[in-house]
Amino acid sequence: MAKAPARAKSEPPKVNRERPDEPELYKASKEELLELYKQMLLIRRFEEKAGQLYGLGFIGGFCHLYIGQEAVAVGLQSALDGEKDSVITGYRDHGHMLAYGIDPKVIMAELTGRAAGISKGKGGSMHMFSTEKKFYGGHGIVGAQVSLGTGLAFKHKYSNDGGVCLAYFGDGAANQGQVYESFNMAELWKLPIIYVIENNQYAMGTSVNRASSEDQLYRRGESFRIPGIQVDGMDVLACRGAAEEALAWVRAGKGPLILEMKTYRYRGHSMSDPAKYRSREEVQAVRDKSDPIEHAKQLLEKLGVKEDELKAAEAAIRKQVNEAADFAEQTPEPEPGELYTDVLVESY
Amino acid sequence: MAIEIKMPALSPTMEEGTLAKWLVKEGDTVKSGDIMAEIETDKATMEFEAVDEGTIAQILVAEGTDNVKVGTVIATLAVEGEEVSKAPTPAAAEDKAVEPEKQEQAAESGTPEPHLVETGARQMFEAAKHDAEVADPEVPAGTAMVKLTLREALRDAMAEEMRKDERVFVMGEEVAQYQGAYKVTQGLLDEFGETRVIDTPITEYGFAGVGTGAAMGGLRPIVEFMTFNFAMQAIDHIINSAAKTNYMSGGQMRCPIVFRGPNGAASRVGAQHSQNYGPWYASVPGLIVIAPYDAADAKGLLKAAIRSEDPVVFLENELLYGRTFEVPQVDDWVLPIGKARIMREGKDVTIVSYSIGVGISLEAADELAKEGIEAEVVDLRTLRPLDRQTVLKSLAKTNRIVVVEEGWPTCSIASEVAAFVMEEGFDDLDAPVLRVTDEDVPLPYAANLEKLALISAAKVVETVKKVCYR
Repeated sequence: MAKAPARAKSEPPKVNRERPDEPELYKASKEELLELYKQMLLIRRFEEKAGQLYGLGFIGGFCHLYIGQEAVAVGLQSALDGEKDSVITGYRDHGHMLAYGIDPKVIMAELTGRAAGISKGKGGSMHMFSTEKKFYGGHGIVGAQVSLGTGLAFKHKYSNDGGVCLAYFGDGAANQGQVYESFNMAELWKLPIIYVIENNQYAMGTSVNRASSEDQLYRRGESFRIPGIQVDGMDVLACRGAAEEALAWVRAGKGPLILEMKTYRYRGHSMSDPAKYRSREEVQAVRDKSDPIEHAKQLLEKLGVKEDELKAAEAAIRKQVNEAADFAEQTPEPEPGELYTDVLVESY
Repeated sequence: MAIEIKMPALSPTMEEGTLAKWLVKEGDTVKSGDIMAEIETDKATMEFEAVDEGTIAQILVAEGTDNVKVGTVIATLAVEGEEVSKAPTPAAAEDKAVEPEKQEQAAESGTPEPHLVETGARQMFEAAKHDAEVADPEVPAGTAMVKLTLREALRDAMAEEMRKDERVFVMGEEVAQYQGAYKVTQGLLDEFGETRVIDTPITEYGFAGVGTGAAMGGLRPIVEFMTFNFAMQAIDHIINSAAKTNYMSGGQMRCPIVFRGPNGAASRVGAQHSQNYGPWYASVPGLIVIAPYDAADAKGLLKAAIRSEDPVVFLENELLYGRTFEVPQVDDWVLPIGKARIMREGKDVTIVSYSIGVGISLEAADELAKEGIEAEVVDLRTLRPLDRQTVLKSLAKTNRIVVVEEGWPTCSIASEVAAFVMEEGFDDLDAPVLRVTDEDVPLPYAANLEKLALISAAKVVETVKKVCYR
């Protein structure tokens, strides 16, 4: 259960129409893999710091950490074309923003509710956006991003801009009705979208098999004729390889595709979740055997990257995260006048 | 005795229609279920089936005849055993291709009146027919006017904006090939093609989300709900996704979208299809809510809504779709959002209303004038933001206010008007603010109960007299 099961266990449905090929592990160069490693490490350290700041009262409300799932956002987003493609996700969004190269300072400052935050402090952890980077949030209603993402894909097709939308949602959201309404329209209209189910195995406290009659979530598109691929979401190269295959499929005009990323979150659903629904041993086993960052590190060592180099990278990331935290603690809160701005764009 | 075949009513509000085509001729035998004719209204084309068996004795209204009143005898049927030639001939039968004006004679010569049940919706529909001279400062003197139905005005607004801006598209159930469930999108598919006029599956939550996402991505969607009752399935995206995103993103991510469709009570459709969502949406910061009464406002405000950078909920009224109004014939008729309109000037009392309530208020004002009470009628037009100034200015003149709303009383627009009038216009009030609203019950189906539940001009007259202490 804890370890992402091997691909072979789940028989693919009988082939009666064209399906994407089985993705291959991405063959990264040393430099590429080092970059992926650094991005994952940045997310890990950033989230650990965010957890710490939450405990100290600097961050309020809900705060959903991405620790354990780093390979998914980093692996997938590294394959996108930043000029054309769009990304949308739910409330566990810090990692996706960092993977998109958004400055950790403005993300952390948003978490602490400061004017310098990416949403001027008015959005918070769950509501962050960067239209400049084509990152469309950051949505707090479970599953809403699936139809919104389908709308972004609609826009790509309508404008013929060559872009693809990557819409992330969790195993919990996969049971929302609007997901299937969206699947139907996306396939009907052959929209350029990759639905990414980040299956971290628990929807808050409910495990996948306690909530899903079909717990092989990559099959959830079958009745809409949307093919699905199950991916080891703890291996950044598997994630990247799956993204390459999915992008090739979607960019060829074959319509949507589902990627089920088998992953695991080490922390609770949010900071206020004590995670009593699983054993400490279960979590520890994943950390020991399947940690995505540890795995990438081992690969890098095999490729001949020196320990000094990795240590230097780690130190630089810690520094960057500490600077972001200091900034987020010290930068001022929004002016009271901000209360009334941005409700509407125009004046009437 | 020959059976008289009468012009059918295709809907509770249909009064007349076009006898488009006869599919039978005199001497043909028909049995129950055979299609005899095609009848057209501005909404739809329907096949008219035979109910009784027999032989078509006479066709009394020629095909292609317009404005055939419901209940007019259009043919006679000889039943079995009856000599077709001996079938008694109604008065108009001597002239086989009856001209429309002669139908009146047919109706007068003993044809029973169609069964027009007196219902609340019909009563509102009749009252809202009011063709008052309106005081509108926005139309320059000498502007030519053209007569348009409300649905044509809405269609023209969309078509004009679609011609101007490639980013504008329409999506919804039956908007394209079917030409609109209420024919509001008629002709748009032909002009703009299927990439811009998009039929969706029956999937309100989904397509409201798709539209909202497309707006976030930079397009300008017009999302049609077949009725706003169905938008309950989609209200999450209207409020949580469309209305809040600009604020939550610190002004970074806009959502320029129009959600439109009929709202409020229709005729005899029961509780689940008869509700006014104006107060619901008007309570949400981040939304613009528009509910026009006449065709000129519908056109000018829908164009403004499509151009707005903000998400707009545009509430239409099904009972008014077929109503004809005058619309200024100007190149680009766009009206300001958030401005009420004085529909009739008066000095004794202010009646504030919106949507179909305006027609009823104008009717009531006519009645009141006969009794020496000059009512000023204010059409709010936009429910959010609410034009308080126009209401308060009118109050300062009349010192009395009645709010008329086709909707429930609790937490209504009427409640809101009463509240701000008390807060900001207290010193101008010579009487309490009174409300005329629907009864606080789900709308019943039975004709008599529906009538009791809905607002009427009589209720407005009665209430106005109370605040005038008459």
